[in-house]
Amino acid sequence: MIFKLSDNIVSSLGFTTAANYKAVLEGKSGITPGKDAAGNPISISRIDAGKLDATFQDTFHVKEAYTLAEQAMLLSAHIAIQEAGINASSDRTCFVLSSTKGNIHLLGLPSHDFGKDRVHLWHTAKLLAGFFGNPNFPVTVSNACISGACAQIAAIHLLEQGNYDHVVVTGMDLAPDFIVSGFQSFKSLDQERCRPFDARRKGLNLGEAAATIVYGKEKKPGISLVKGSIRNDANHISGPSRTGEGLFRALQTAMEDLPACEIAFISAHGTATPYNDQMEAVAFSRAGLGSTPVFSLKAHFGHTLGAAGVLESVIALKALEQGLVLPSTGFQEPGIEGEINVSKSLSKTDKRFCLKTLSGFGGCNAALLFQNAL
Amino acid sequence: MKKITSYCRITDHQVILNGNKLNIAFSGDTGSSRLTEIYRYLDAGYAKFHKMDNLSKAGFLASEMVLRSLDYDLEIPDGSTSVVFANKSASLDDDKRFQETINPNNYYPSPAVFVYTLPNIVTGEVAIRNKILGETSFFILEDFDAKKMHIFIDWAFLSPGISRVLCGWTEYLDGHCDVLVMMVEKDSPEGMDFNTLNINQLY
Repeated sequence: MIFKLSDNIVSSLGFTTAANYKAVLEGKSGITPGKDAAGNPISISRIDAGKLDATFQDTFHVKEAYTLAEQAMLLSAHIAIQEAGINASSDRTCFVLSSTKGNIHLLGLPSHDFGKDRVHLWHTAKLLAGFFGNPNFPVTVSNACISGACAQIAAIHLLEQGNYDHVVVTGMDLAPDFIVSGFQSFKSLDQERCRPFDARRKGLNLGEAAATIVYGKEKKPGISLVKGSIRNDANHISGPSRTGEGLFRALQTAMEDLPACEIAFISAHGTATPYNDQMEAVAFSRAGLGSTPVFSLKAHFGHTLGAAGVLESVIALKALEQGLVLPSTGFQEPGIEGEINVSKSLSKTDKRFCLKTLSGFGGCNAALLFQNAL
Repeated sequence: MKKITSYCRITDHQVILNGNKLNIAFSGDTGSSRLTEIYRYLDAGYAKFHKMDNLSKAGFLASEMVLRSLDYDLEIPDGSTSVVFANKSASLDDDKRFQETINPNNYYPSPAVFVYTLPNIVTGEVAIRNKILGETSFFILEDFDAKKMHIFIDWAFLSPGISRVLCGWTEYLDGHCDVLVMMVEKDSPEGMDFNTLNINQLY
C-alpha cells in the first residue's frame, strides 16, 4: 500500500487538477471539432499549445527547446512535485514514465534540431528525471492504453521494496497525425463527441494530456493505492475479449477478499467503442460488480492513451475524497447487454474504496484498488 | 530460489537455444528474411506469424523455442505464467514503416501496420499463441541492463498465482535483431540461478 501526496493534470480542460476536476463536475468537455491529416472531420481533445508554451516559459525560464509533449510532461510533474513538497533531486526519489508514443511526432518532421535519440521513450524518461536533477534511472513502461496503471503498480513495488521514499508517476501522450491516422485507419473514431456505454456509441475520441501522481511510502490519512493487477486476455491483439477474461482476472486479483459492496464506484476504461464497453460489462458482472456504479471520463478528456490511467485516477480519487460518484458523461440510453450499473447522475457515497480499470491493445488489462482512509 | 529453466538468444548471426547453436544457415541478408528462415526451421505452422512486425516475430520465435524446450502445452489456458519483456527502441522499427504510410502525398494508413506501433504487442502475440492469462508488461531501457531487468521480472512474481515468467530483452531495429528470452520459474529444482550475473552471461 502506498500513499498519494499530490497530483496534477495538464489537459484541454486546464493545467491544474482543480481546474480539470471543476470542469468535470460542471459537465464540460475539452473535445472539440478538428481535422485529421487527410482533412476528414474528427472530434479531439487538444492541449492549447500556445498556452502550454507560455505557461512553460513563465514557469521555468529555460533556454533549451522542449517539444510540446515534453513541456506537458515537465509542467505536470513540476506542479505535483511542488504540491507534495518532496525533494525531487534526492536519490530516495524515483521517476516513472508512462507513455505509448512520447515524441513520435518527430518521425514526421522533415528535419529538426532535437537529435536522433529524442524520439525514444527512454530519452523522454531520462529527460524527465534529469530536468529535476534526479540521479536515478527512471522506470519507463509502455504497455499500450494500460500504461498509466502499470506505472502506478511499478510505484507500489519501488516504494514497498524500500529503496525509495517517494515516486513521481507521470503519464503523457499527445495526439499527433501518427496516432490520429492510425486510429482512423482502425475506424475506431467517433466524428462526434463519444458516448461511453450508450446504445449509440460509435467509437472513441483521442485526447492529449500529461498527468502526475506523487506517491510516498509513509502512512498517512487520505488516498492510498492498495493494490494493482495486470492480466492478459490471450484472445486478440486489437479486439477485446468477449468473455472479459483478462479484466475479470485483473479485478479478481486486485480485489482479493474485499467484498464488492465496499466499492463506491469503478472508474472504467469506457472508450465508447462498441466492443470495449461491452467487454467491460461482462468482466464487471463476472467479478460480482454488476450493481456497482460505473463511469467513464472519456467524454471529457478523450482517450489520452498512456496518460489515461494516471489522469483518470486523479479525477476518480478527487471524487472518492469528496464522497461523490461522478456521472458517466455522454451516457443516455442503455446499450450494453448484461448486468452493468452505469452512473447517470452525480450521487453521494460513504464507501471508502474505488477501482480504476483499463484495457489495451495486446490484450492487456489492469485494475487498481484505491482506498480513502480517515 | 528462482531458476532460469530455458533460454534462447537470437542475434543477426546465430540462434542459441540452451547453450546449443542451432543449425540454421542464414542465406537471407535482411533481418526479416532471417526471421522467416528461423520460422521455417521451427516448422511452427502458425499463419499469424506472417502478419507480425519484425519485433513481434523475433520475440515470438524466441518464446516458441523456449516453451517447446520445456514441453509447454499451448492448448491449456495458463493463469500462472506472465510475460515481461524490455527493449531500447520500443516499436520504432514498425513506427518508421507506419510513418511512411501517412506522408501527405502518399496517404494510406494501414491498421495492420498501426497495431504493431506499440512495443507490448509482442507480449500479446506470445500470450495468444500460448493461452497465457497472467500479466503482460513491457519496459523501455536505454540499453540492455541485466540488473534493471532482474528487478522488473522479480516484480511480476509478486502478483498472486504467478509461478513463472517468460521474460527478457526483445530488441529489433533497422534490420538488426537482439533478443534474449528466458523462462524463470519459482521453486524449480533445475536450471541456473536467476541472477544478474547469469542473465549477463546468457546475453
